[in-house]
Amino acid sequence: MRKAVPALIPFVAVTLATELLVRGGLVKAYLVPAPSSIFLAILDNGTELAAALGKTSAAALIGFALSTSAGIAFAVFLSSSRAIQRAFYPYAVFFQTVPIIAIAPLLVIWFGYGMRTVVAAAFIVSIFPVIANTLTGLLSTDPALRDLFRLYGASTRVTLFKLRFPAALPQILTGLRIASGLAVIGAIVGEFIGGQGLGSVVDVARTQQRTDKVFAAVLLASLLGLALFGLINWIGAITLRRWHASEQPA
Amino acid sequence: MSPRGVALRLDGVRRVFENNLIVIEGMDLLVETGEFLAILGPSGCGKSTLLRLIARLAEPDGGRITLAPDDVPFQTAFVFQDAHLLPWRNVLDNVALPLELMGEAPAARRQKAREALDQVRLLDAVDRYPAQLSGGMRMRVSLARALVTEPRLLLLDEPFAALDEITRFRLDVQLRELWRRRRMTVVFVTHSISEAAFLANRAVVLTRRRGGIKLDRRLDLPEERNNELRVDPRLAAEMKTLLGAMEEEEQ
Repeated sequence: MRKAVPALIPFVAVTLATELLVRGGLVKAYLVPAPSSIFLAILDNGTELAAALGKTSAAALIGFALSTSAGIAFAVFLSSSRAIQRAFYPYAVFFQTVPIIAIAPLLVIWFGYGMRTVVAAAFIVSIFPVIANTLTGLLSTDPALRDLFRLYGASTRVTLFKLRFPAALPQILTGLRIASGLAVIGAIVGEFIGGQGLGSVVDVARTQQRTDKVFAAVLLASLLGLALFGLINWIGAITLRRWHASEQPA
Repeated sequence: MSPRGVALRLDGVRRVFENNLIVIEGMDLLVETGEFLAILGPSGCGKSTLLRLIARLAEPDGGRITLAPDDVPFQTAFVFQDAHLLPWRNVLDNVALPLELMGEAPAARRQKAREALDQVRLLDAVDRYPAQLSGGMRMRVSLARALVTEPRLLLLDEPFAALDEITRFRLDVQLRELWRRRRMTVVFVTHSISEAAFLANRAVVLTRRRGGIKLDRRLDLPEERNNELRVDPRLAAEMKTLLGAMEEEEQ
């Protein structure tokens, strides 16, 4: 709890300042609603928002799980030789630069309205950091340790699972932290087009000029991203605490 | 005690890097069974490359490297310049790693790892992780990891170079004692003339270029080496001879 205090201080300060600015008429409520209005919007639309949050969470989690497994598998494939990297890595980079908002309508044509399109959007947006970070980790294995494994006749598979993967774990977790937030963003964008979840709530509330409801949905989406990020941090703390500087007390 | 090492023979060994730099050219060397050989030489003369070739971590571009006998797999162990431990494994599992890679059963490999740790006096640190150890302790773990397979040939590439002098002196004595007990063949690469003279029975000084041999000398020092030897005139005389060869090569 003590660790959360520094992060809560700016949150409380900005919330209080916004409340005062809106109540004092310095900021129009239809542009930026008072935090108390957002809180009330969450209470008033609790059932609708909870259902939407459930759908967005499911889509983001599935997309994130797919990008994690496919991204790590693809990075392992890329790391197998320089020639393979040169042949395929540019396509991974290209995949990352495709604007998701531009191809979202295509996703609807391919996958139809609903969950599958949203999952596809979350997957597309979140896979690149997993590939890039895992690849960096796999290629950074200590050459002396690779020699040691060779000296004792370790196979490629044994070297991968007993040396290269564990050594790459800090970088893989960095990729997953970035991807977790992106998966939520991808899911929301997919929902604008695919028509469900918090993205759909934002879209509909926007047309109704319900900025309080828009902010309520955005706040819930952000909390979802934070929860996913926290989950990866927790996994990192469990797996790295004994041996990696990033998880040890300063 | 009879030697439990191997004889190592290099015949006309040649090694060329990808940029066509000839690192070793036509090197001949015979290391007898159970011998403790120190290899000295200026930076870039090919000492570490030579060790990698002997360990079969790299292939020579010409010539032959043979071990006799060569009837047992994994009879060579390598100690690197730094400890290079797996940070996510505790001390016991780090030391047991070579046996694990060779397919030994868990209970047997843990027992052997404990025995190896006992030899370097680190039994009380089995559950610790590398980040919780001092530099000297990490190096002793690395040494135990090399000894756990009971190698016939032990290759060491400036293993104590990064340590403080007191720790280095202590490890020199321990390494010499381990060699006296086991009598494996040891090839020890170092920059340190005093370390080479203190540890080895024979010292080879390489030339600056292409792995030629400037000096090949059997050291006339007692079998048992302890810190008293460090101020012994006989060690000083051997160091002077090695220094002379090194200085000639530096010029």
